[in-house]
Amino acid sequence: MAMLEPSTEQPQTVLRAAPSAHRRRWHTLRKNRALVGGGSIVFVILFAAVFANELAPYSPNAQNYSAILQGITWQHWLGTDNLGRDTLARVLMGARTSMEVTLGAALVGLVIGVPVGIISGFYRGFLDDWLIMRIVDAIQSFPFLILALVLAAMLGPGIRNAMIAIGIGYIPVFVRTVRGQMIAESEKEYVLAARMTGARDWRIMFLHIFPNITTPLIVQVTLAAAGGIVAEASLSYLGLGAQPPTASWGSMLQVAQGYLNSAPLLAIVPGVCLVIAVLGFNLLGDGIQKLWDPKRTD
Amino acid sequence: MAYVAKRVLTTIPVLFILSVMVFSLIHLIPGDPAQVILGQDATPAALAALRAKLGLNENILAQYWNWLGHVVVGNLGNSLLDGESVSHLIFQRLPVTLELAIGTFIIALLIAFPLGILAAVYRGRWLDGTALFTATIGISVPPFWLGILLLLLFTVKIHLFPSSGYVPIWQNPGRNLSVMILPMLSTGFREAAVLMRMLRSTILEVLHEDYVRTAKAKGLNGWAIIVHHALRNALIPVMTMGGLQLAGLLGGLVITETIFSLPGFGSLLVQSVFSRDYTTVQGAALVAALAVILVNLIVDVLYGVVDPRIRLGKKAS
Repeated sequence: MAMLEPSTEQPQTVLRAAPSAHRRRWHTLRKNRALVGGGSIVFVILFAAVFANELAPYSPNAQNYSAILQGITWQHWLGTDNLGRDTLARVLMGARTSMEVTLGAALVGLVIGVPVGIISGFYRGFLDDWLIMRIVDAIQSFPFLILALVLAAMLGPGIRNAMIAIGIGYIPVFVRTVRGQMIAESEKEYVLAARMTGARDWRIMFLHIFPNITTPLIVQVTLAAAGGIVAEASLSYLGLGAQPPTASWGSMLQVAQGYLNSAPLLAIVPGVCLVIAVLGFNLLGDGIQKLWDPKRTD
Repeated sequence: MAYVAKRVLTTIPVLFILSVMVFSLIHLIPGDPAQVILGQDATPAALAALRAKLGLNENILAQYWNWLGHVVVGNLGNSLLDGESVSHLIFQRLPVTLELAIGTFIIALLIAFPLGILAAVYRGRWLDGTALFTATIGISVPPFWLGILLLLLFTVKIHLFPSSGYVPIWQNPGRNLSVMILPMLSTGFREAAVLMRMLRSTILEVLHEDYVRTAKAKGLNGWAIIVHHALRNALIPVMTMGGLQLAGLLGGLVITETIFSLPGFGSLLVQSVFSRDYTTVQGAALVAALAVILVNLIVDVLYGVVDPRIRLGKKAS
């Protein structure tokens, strides 16, 4: 506890209290290992995704037939694939594909899920009980990956459609989160106060309540992103996500499965990236949750 | 009973909405579905025939009504590929997926129960730390990559298990298990991690309850409390997992079956997607969703049986 820390300075003025409170907050932040670890991983992955072109030693699609299926070498730190493409360059590009689809999908889910959740939780009643929530139930009854697979199949393969398919899969979770928070907040005094001042419904919903429920939503988005990364890789593995020659961790694994005997490294590198990325988002979600509501985590 | 009735009643609109969604799937295809299915060089006659076969010429409400009438009696239409009945195709593939799901669940229970209990009992010690760390990793490892790793290790490096060649369990149980064990492990590990975390926190919660203190005061020893009190409560998260995780599991099985080339429900779905057999895709999606709805309904009803607090709580409120 920060309060028990031995203080090197004499407690002098009331003004001293400000930096100490700040330090205490900083201390809680640093002690939250999930937040620090997850946050760092997510930062590194986003950095790799944004600067993939600058960081990659080769072009991710440049083929070199004199260096196919290589292991770790000085020229190719993480080896090469069946077409002699540099694996390091391709996993960096894969990070971009993964983040693009996952964040795009989150956007799709948020744009639809948040307003629906807000309206549903604010007005409740018949519309909420018998229509909106039952639609959410119906979407949720599809296994996430099957929904993404079927939608991607109907819409056609490709990154954009994978984004839409995964984003639709996110809607139920986002609607439920926002709706639940909305119901809890609607009873609070500041909402009553806003009502008394004659504020319109939309103003109360979007300007008064919504800013107070963003933290649980951010937690859900972060955790959903972890699922989205796996979904993107799965769709690309099946050939419905990123199309060749675009690099994706999933499609790299699909290629690798054909060379397990001669080039096992090819199956390991994209998988490790995948695990680290999913772990990063899971940890970050847990960390934010812990920060926001320490009671719910032990 | 009122609890069960309400639960069943809320399922009806869900089923209706679900049917509309699955029906609409075929209309999501951009452009003319018949053209997409048959390809660019299809003759106008073939296109017209397929449109008639799919019922695309009628108005949309009539199409839905006809489709629903067939689905309700179990007729999911015919495969666009070879005209075989979709229900039959799915029914043929179900045993593989069912075996995989049951095996996954058994593996998850075998790993999660001992680890979850030990982690809770030795909370804060190295055992707990290791178990929690493993679980965090376990949740982050996509089952399909684990599957590829297991293939690499057990079939390519050491030739312990065959990589393919599925035979039904009733024909050759030994051979069947040797083919199924790797897929089961690859999906089971993740489920075990999820379940272990749930078990640990439930048991920790229970250990703080008043009735556990009473049991301690009566002089019951630690393990008796775990077995009589904590484990009974732990049934709830196990059932929750059975219900909630089923959806995730079914999705995961699709890709696991593809990796291990198992002739299950999931690989049927993937094959149909690639052969543009949209009626089979539609049927498979419907069956998957119905399975999830049904299992969740059963789980919710069973909650009341296992935990009287839920049943009575509902009545009191």
